[in-house]
Amino acid sequence: MKNSVLLGTLAFAGLAAAGASAATLDDVKARGSLNCGVNTGVPGFAAPDANGEWQGFDVSVCRAVAAAVLGDPEAVNFISTTGKTRFTALASGEVDLLARNTTWTFSRDTDLKFDFVGVNYYDGQGFIVPTALGVSSATELDGATICIQTGTTTELNLADYFRVNDMSYEPVPIETEAEARTQFLAGACDVYTTDRSALASVRVTYPSPDDYVILPEVISKEPLGPLVRHGDSEWGDIVRWTYFALVAAEQYGVTQDNVEEMAAEAGDNPEVNRLLGTEGELGAMIGLENSWAKDAIAAVGNYGEIFSRNIGEDSPVGLERGLNALYTEGGLQYAPPFR
Amino acid sequence: MSDTHAESVAFVRESVIPPAPPPARETGAVRWLRENLFATWFNAILTLVALYVLWVLLSGLVPWVVNGTWQGSSLAECREILQGNGGGCFSVLRERWPQLLFGFQYPDYLRWRPVLAFFLLFVAVPPALFIMFLPRWTLIVTAIYPFLAYWLIWGGTILTPLFAALGFLAGYLAFSIVERRGFVLGLAAGLLAAVAVWWFGGLLAGEFPRFARLEAVVSRAMGGFMLNLILGIVCVSLSLPFGILLALGRQSRLPVVKGFCVVFIEFVRGVPLITLLFVANVVLAFFLPPDANFDLILRVIIMITLFASAYIAEVIRGGLAALPKGQYEAADSLGLDYAQAMRLIILPQALKISIPGIVNVAVGLFKDTTLVSVISMFDLVGMIRGPILASTAWAGIYWELWAAACIMFFTVCYGISQYSQWLERQLHTDHR
Repeated sequence: MKNSVLLGTLAFAGLAAAGASAATLDDVKARGSLNCGVNTGVPGFAAPDANGEWQGFDVSVCRAVAAAVLGDPEAVNFISTTGKTRFTALASGEVDLLARNTTWTFSRDTDLKFDFVGVNYYDGQGFIVPTALGVSSATELDGATICIQTGTTTELNLADYFRVNDMSYEPVPIETEAEARTQFLAGACDVYTTDRSALASVRVTYPSPDDYVILPEVISKEPLGPLVRHGDSEWGDIVRWTYFALVAAEQYGVTQDNVEEMAAEAGDNPEVNRLLGTEGELGAMIGLENSWAKDAIAAVGNYGEIFSRNIGEDSPVGLERGLNALYTEGGLQYAPPFR
Repeated sequence: MSDTHAESVAFVRESVIPPAPPPARETGAVRWLRENLFATWFNAILTLVALYVLWVLLSGLVPWVVNGTWQGSSLAECREILQGNGGGCFSVLRERWPQLLFGFQYPDYLRWRPVLAFFLLFVAVPPALFIMFLPRWTLIVTAIYPFLAYWLIWGGTILTPLFAALGFLAGYLAFSIVERRGFVLGLAAGLLAAVAVWWFGGLLAGEFPRFARLEAVVSRAMGGFMLNLILGIVCVSLSLPFGILLALGRQSRLPVVKGFCVVFIEFVRGVPLITLLFVANVVLAFFLPPDANFDLILRVIIMITLFASAYIAEVIRGGLAALPKGQYEAADSLGLDYAQAMRLIILPQALKISIPGIVNVAVGLFKDTTLVSVISMFDLVGMIRGPILASTAWAGIYWELWAAACIMFFTVCYGISQYSQWLERQLHTDHR
């Protein structure tokens, strides 16, 4: 009898695991909430505030998808994942969507069997130096001592960059962000290098931020974006187009404040009408309400608003738009037509 | 007579010299210093070096504590207030204190429940720890406590913990009735009775989920030092009985039992705890259906308990091995069976010898509960490393938070070790 129980359990588990990858949308609707994997804490990108409410740039993606699918931006179970647990959490079905500043790479997309639905932040590796060093470009860093986290891609990028530019450097290996801070502030190294978004967010926490400057060079590509499991293209489409809706909203001037007004009746711009559901049946094509994009925008604002609220120049993190500006303003954020 | 040598001796003292105070260098503080700190030139150098080190440490620490501020709601405000006087920014502790204790998801209007459970701990634990001073019936309080604490912390209907407790009771009653006809038969009957009650209780709790109901809190909402305490207390108290069973099993003459215990102990001791935690968190998720309510905390408790019981088993095995063979033979010659011999003669002595080792494992285990931060549970360390250091208000503040964490852990661990020393003195009944 024990054997049959065991076998039955295994069979059930197998079936259920197979079922998890079939129709994520139905699962989410049945559950009434979205399971969204986020970081355990990165300033500006994902962190709970003093009241325990999750806030941040990546968190907004989760809320936008929840608003589009369920009509409620609060219907999200935030499941915090570390760098080590994030991929298994997604692959095993514990989360429906992973929005955890994850770099889009070939092997993650193919070998690990995930689908990156877009790039919500174009990051890249940069350098921070004390202004007292009198350096204004990374090409002047020949012979510098550089604090670098061991065992990361940043270490390899750094070696490549210095070899290509025929310069030498002395690495100071460090393990964690906290250690980097101590070493760099104590002057154990001239330069600290990691992703520019991280540099910007740690710079503001230094005792005197104005004494440090981030150099303009970006020496690597780190496209960060939300991802879903392979094999459920319908769900992937929903997340992808929810994200594009936020970008398109910025392009067409739809904001959190005016979205209700613009969605009340069809306006002059047919693209906006289709986006906000006053014209056409785009929502039905992806299995959602026709007001899905309006709900998402009303919940979190358009891409530009999300950016400036969480990590933009007015926020404590203080990042420039740079590559993350709309393509009309010289950046890379580009939404395909809603048609 | 006193004049006898008056001509030949120049001076004779005729009264006793009043006692003079000892030379200044041979008395009081100076003497203590000379004997203890400057006895030789080498000691003198060591003393000076030590004084210098103390000076360096204190000159940093004292201003940090004394000039520290409890005002301000962000690191920037804090620095404004401090004006670079070297003080600590303790306001982060004031602002995030509830989060450090309970995590950031436990509803704030329900925090009285874990607090109450915590204070009840001080009612429930003394009967177990100070049994020599209290009447035996007080142990009932200890027995009820786990179920009450579960109900308080997790909420939900009282039927669940009630029937869990009743199941144990029924199992014990069935066991004690059937035990006369054989120990194994008794165990089987006890197990059967317990499972029957649990099954019935499960049905009933499913039927009346609102009966005597406290608002339920999901496991994922547990966090902060509360999580460390829950994991530490539950796992230590569970791993002790399991450890005893494993230690006895390893000494058993039955090859299957012995083999199982040896393999289990050696396997678990050969695997790092963090690996087991990853298995609990990550690997099991692949085998369980996505909506399985096989709780993460429960998984972690099982893994930590397995880990700790293997270590405790080895500690107790040391205690068993230290007993003279005559004790075993004496038990046999009295005609006691195995269970009686172990319960009445062997284990009381073996456990007494093992106390320092058990406490060592318990303290280590309690500190190891911080490892759950790696599998993204927000215990005290996870709260500090994740949400607090990642908030834009407090990013970049380390010393104050880690010092607070150290003090909290030290308090508990020091308490445990003091208790164990006291217990050793209490049980010091032999005449060595």
